[in-house]
Amino acid sequence: MDPAGFCTQARVLIVAGKGGVGKTTVTAALARMAAQAGLTTLIVEVEGKSGLGSAFGRATPLTYEEVTLAPGGGPDGAADVRARTLTPDDALIEYLRDHGMKRVSKRLTSSGAIDVVATAVPGIKDILVLGKVKSLERSNSADLIILDAPAAGHAVTFLMSAHGLLDAVRVGPIRSQAQEVIELLTDASRCQILLVTLPEETPVNEVVETAFKLEDRVGVSLVGVVVNGLYPEVDGLDADPGDVPEAAELRAAAAFRRARHDLQVTQVARLAEALPLPQIHLPFLFTTEVGPAEVDVLARALAESITRLPDPAVSTSS
Amino acid sequence: MSALAGIADLPDRGVVVCCGSGGVGKTTTAAAIALEGARRGRRACVVTIDPAKRLADALGLEALTNSPGKIDGDWPGELWALMLDTKSTFDNLVTRYAANPEQAEGILRNGLYRNISGALSGTQEYMAMEKLYELQEAGRFDLIVVDTPPTRNALDFIDAPRRLTRLLDNRIFRLLIMPTRAYVKAVSFATQAFLRTVSKVIGGQVVSDAVAFFQAFEGMEQGFRERAQHVMALLSDPGTAFVLVASPRRDAVDEALFFAEKLLESDIGVDALVVNRLHPPFGEGAVDRDRGALYANLADFRDIAAREEHHFAALAEKVAPSPVARVPFLADDVHDLEGLRTVGGHLFATA
Repeated sequence: MDPAGFCTQARVLIVAGKGGVGKTTVTAALARMAAQAGLTTLIVEVEGKSGLGSAFGRATPLTYEEVTLAPGGGPDGAADVRARTLTPDDALIEYLRDHGMKRVSKRLTSSGAIDVVATAVPGIKDILVLGKVKSLERSNSADLIILDAPAAGHAVTFLMSAHGLLDAVRVGPIRSQAQEVIELLTDASRCQILLVTLPEETPVNEVVETAFKLEDRVGVSLVGVVVNGLYPEVDGLDADPGDVPEAAELRAAAAFRRARHDLQVTQVARLAEALPLPQIHLPFLFTTEVGPAEVDVLARALAESITRLPDPAVSTSS
Repeated sequence: MSALAGIADLPDRGVVVCCGSGGVGKTTTAAAIALEGARRGRRACVVTIDPAKRLADALGLEALTNSPGKIDGDWPGELWALMLDTKSTFDNLVTRYAANPEQAEGILRNGLYRNISGALSGTQEYMAMEKLYELQEAGRFDLIVVDTPPTRNALDFIDAPRRLTRLLDNRIFRLLIMPTRAYVKAVSFATQAFLRTVSKVIGGQVVSDAVAFFQAFEGMEQGFRERAQHVMALLSDPGTAFVLVASPRRDAVDEALFFAEKLLESDIGVDALVVNRLHPPFGEGAVDRDRGALYANLADFRDIAAREEHHFAALAEKVAPSPVARVPFLADDVHDLEGLRTVGGHLFATA
């Protein structure tokens, strides 16, 4: 499967996974890969984290105003990678403003009633964020919109919010917003979910659980699972270092690498067995921070891994 | 001296709060500290939030229970564990402060209350702290270790008890439920108009639920407010230790620095730092990568260990002079008492 084809299966791609698995790094690499395939890409970040900016060498945090993280052009004809934050509070204020309630929105925030509303209607903020993503999708603001979903167990709740809201709110504009969000999430030609995990026991268990919940309860379409942080396979680690001063360290480091590698292979196999989804493999980088150079390396690895995937069966849905 | 000696040797009825961002090993650290307490002869209890399934099984936590269960083992003290049930902890709190069973019932049935107890952001944090306070008050344990939900901001849980009282103090709704006083009436009229607008967006049912909720809560805020103050006092008590848990990657360290900053600002401070998932260094110094795979591999590990050390040093400096414990990458995920003992060995290692 070619990377451009992978990225054009749906305009909205939601990247979901537990905290600490490298979701933001995968988001950055995916955006870079899509842009290199000539697709204008917009990253939407919902938690106000700093990681995305620094992955593209940006020193200041992202803002509600869209910024270009990596300009396109150049010899490879890449497209722009743009990014913005979309925090729930911003989304609520924008929603009220767009619905002729600008004065109310000020009063809501200054009086603290906004907290009451958000509490009374759980998921209202999530709906507004997803509703905004939907309007970005509808306005063709980019060829690909990548949503870096909230971490922890929140991804399921976040994506479930529309269903919950339909139960709580019987009439009004918020209800129709929720319905439109459900239409977006459940339409595989418009929205796909990419899961991220690590090749370790607990993250594998958790991603399997999340995958089934998302499919069963939210009815979304899962495009694949990224296994992040795999030690690249190296030949020659079994060699005898001979009688050199650092022989013990060489052996110990090689043994550690082999042991970690074996554990990872076991977990990857376990994941494949438990979850019938295409696996995309990303290498462990021997670094502790992700900047533009690392994002490029990972974007290439992502493209290679996607290229090895078989072409998806032609969709049978009309 | 042992890295976290002071933590497990807290004065009687000591409290340890493990905090940090998601995916850094807070739950495991909390359980390992409690186990160490039991091994030192203390009656220890760990309050967990969202343990991985196999660890939960190992601790006998098959289901949400609001009372601690005992784990038997060959230690001189006692080890107890409980998995926080946010909703029923909140229900108990309501029942405790209600003037009569009817008031409690009215609140528990209210739609807004059900949302608050299930979904208000910060409720889980609040209830974790509430449960901690409750256990501490009961005096059954002399070491209580709490795991905290993975929040980005340390203040989320320090502040959580105050969030509900803030909600209860909401001016608009307070005015709405006291329409009898003449001077309030005029304001109340504007408030009603405002609520009508809000109703248009979110539906009248939601607004009337909210009003009913505030009416039902009438008279209970004081109890909640006092309780919140007690919880806050416990958190800033010298007998309460905050253990910041982190992993040595740049982004995780940044989050941990932010966390430490907030804890310091609120005069709580970090009593110990735990860094998990460190790569072993296999010696130090430059290695000539061109001498083949074995050398390139050693160079990779020395390189990443040095980088981790660098990030980690910034964090250690931030929390200095508090002790720091290093836990290396372990061969297996921790899912039994043996694994917890291994982690404890690193946390309380004698250097």
